[in-house]
Amino acid sequence: MTHTSWIQFLRQRLFATRVDAAITLVCFYIVWRVSVPLLQWLVLDATWNGTSREACRGDGACWVFIRARFSQFMYGQYPVPERWRVDIAGALMVLTAALLSWRGLPFRRGATIASVTVLPLGGLWLLYGGFGLGIVETREWGGLMLTLVLTVYAGLIAVPLGILLALGRRSRLPLIRFASVVFIEFWRGVPIITVIFLASLLLPLIMPDGFDVDRLARAILGLAFVVAAYMAEAVRGGLQALPEGQAEAAQALGLGYWRIQRMIVLPQALRIALPAMTNEFISLFKSTTLVLIVSLFDLLGIAQAALADPAWVGMNMEAYVFAGAIYWFTCFGLSQWSRLREKRLQAAHGR
Amino acid sequence: MLLGVRHRGGDYSAVSGALSAMLTFLRDRKVRDILWQAAATLVTVAVIWFFVRNASENMVKAGIASGFRFLWRDSGIEVPFNITGYKPSDNLLSLLWTGIVNTLLVSAASIVVATVVGFTVGLLRLSRNWLLSTLAGFYIEFVRNIPLLFFVLFWYFGVLAALPLPRGSYDMLGVIFLNRRGLSIPTPNDVSGLRLALLVIILLVAVQYGIARWARARQARTGRDFPVWPVGFVLCGGLPIAALVVGGMTTTWDLPILRGFNYRGGFVLVPEFVALFAALSTYTAGFIAEVVRGGIQSVRQGQIDAAKALGLTHGRIVRLVVIPQAMPVIIPPITSQYLNLIKNSSFGAAIAYPEIVAVFMGSALVSTGQSIEIIAITLGIYLVLSLSVSVFMNWYNARHKLVTR
Repeated sequence: MTHTSWIQFLRQRLFATRVDAAITLVCFYIVWRVSVPLLQWLVLDATWNGTSREACRGDGACWVFIRARFSQFMYGQYPVPERWRVDIAGALMVLTAALLSWRGLPFRRGATIASVTVLPLGGLWLLYGGFGLGIVETREWGGLMLTLVLTVYAGLIAVPLGILLALGRRSRLPLIRFASVVFIEFWRGVPIITVIFLASLLLPLIMPDGFDVDRLARAILGLAFVVAAYMAEAVRGGLQALPEGQAEAAQALGLGYWRIQRMIVLPQALRIALPAMTNEFISLFKSTTLVLIVSLFDLLGIAQAALADPAWVGMNMEAYVFAGAIYWFTCFGLSQWSRLREKRLQAAHGR
Repeated sequence: MLLGVRHRGGDYSAVSGALSAMLTFLRDRKVRDILWQAAATLVTVAVIWFFVRNASENMVKAGIASGFRFLWRDSGIEVPFNITGYKPSDNLLSLLWTGIVNTLLVSAASIVVATVVGFTVGLLRLSRNWLLSTLAGFYIEFVRNIPLLFFVLFWYFGVLAALPLPRGSYDMLGVIFLNRRGLSIPTPNDVSGLRLALLVIILLVAVQYGIARWARARQARTGRDFPVWPVGFVLCGGLPIAALVVGGMTTTWDLPILRGFNYRGGFVLVPEFVALFAALSTYTAGFIAEVVRGGIQSVRQGQIDAAKALGLTHGRIVRLVVIPQAMPVIIPPITSQYLNLIKNSSFGAAIAYPEIVAVFMGSALVSTGQSIEIIAITLGIYLVLSLSVSVFMNWYNARHKLVTR
């Protein structure tokens, strides 16, 4: 900004009238009074180095606590010698996401299909074990790793299920339509906590004797059903925004129902629905914290459990700030990414 | 289609003729529709039957009773916070009722505060003052990108647990006290004065409604204006407050007083309630703020310019042009935010606030073991709530489509 435009900005947006000026000054004072102590606590007076509670003598935050517990925040109780498997799975996930977002990727279509079918199974194998790897029971999983497992796997079930439900809700066939509406409205109508309860209590009951559903799998299924219902509504928004003529023209060309959906309708509708779907994905990421209720310790659960450690009494704020910051940056990053994409698409369509 | 042509052109053997007849039959859209639906129904019924059979077998094996008779059994469950007068010797039905009341109590309190804060922040977000709108934006982005459970735990373990003991309470006007044990508020000993005040308020609102209708009809007929809003402020704002003050003064109050280590008298809102209330209202306010901002921005600039060209003052533009057009956009999503808030009050289970999920799906389920019935009742309650809200929304949308377009 040039010098004059700065002054103009001050004049128009901060000091336009006397009342405005007063508001600005009061706000500025409040911001000053809040942010300075906050900064002091977070950074200036904080203790960064050390190994035990004794190192924290200052008035600020005791980040030593986070350092000492960092690996627990990330992996939970996952056995230390096996943690490389989590690292590889995480690296694979990041790499895949990066590769798939590159438009020039050769065989992009095939790679996408492989990465949502083969790769998740590979990830499961890496994390759980079997076939040559030692088995790590899911009750030992925890921390950020568990949060990501819940989000990714529930999302992988919820997105295709949601798309099918959205198509079902707009189907010609009354019974299919009815079933989809009932499914969607049921899961949308009840709190997620009750669904996680329900999954963890009812799944063992309705399965044949001796067929045990893993506790983590129950939570994932519960989350996936609810998110699929919300996802379906997001996709339906995209489907409704698409002009009828698209499907009609495809029909006139002699394409069948599934081909019309796969080649004409869904590619366009999903593009329109993507921001809404990203929002649902962010909700899912936030909702994974609820597994605390069935004693699975995700990132927030681990932070909460760490407060009970007698060696680190009174570290509530540090634990909450650390966990909260991870949630905030992830969700904010996702929503900014979605906004950026939307803008780029709008620019591309010349709207 | 290709297949059919080939058959017609090829030899007419009996086998391929029957095959082609069947294919034509299957190509009929109506037939295919029926077959598809029959298959879907069959699969659904089979899956449900499979689950039900397993469940009944497993229940017999585990010796779990079924039926709803358990609801009339004594609960034996302690609920530390209730306004229904519930005792552990009451039956499970009254336990459920206590849970419902507690859910509605925290939801109602949070909805009021979330609405006020949400509207304020949403309007501030649109402020011309850069600092104000940025701060409002910070609030919205902060609240919306962090899980609600985080806020619930943070308020409960981070804020309320760190409050002083009763001795060092924060007090407001010497009648309300906030400390580690909760929020102590005064309660009226005798509600007849307040009841009268409430009656007066209802009457005043009715009168105001009548005046507004009359004024609108007169303006339509004669074009003469009537100061409905200033009159409304007096009738629905000033006089009710006066009525409440008078009603409150004639009532004697039970004030919280520090005796020994704790406050006696009045009513104590337990820390679980305060934490859940604080988390729910501040969290939902962020979402309501976005709804309000979106609704107001959806009013096209041309509408405001036209109103300016007609010479309307700023206040009138807001009142007569912006709000009537923004409200139909704002109200449906706000209603669904309210519904979300009611559903989210189940997060109280994480800090043992005795709402439906905690007392019924938690305690009652553990003590009776009748998981299917209890889950069905709990989900049923939430479903009834959700469905009634969506019925209201459909009704509202249908009404306002007619009015605005």
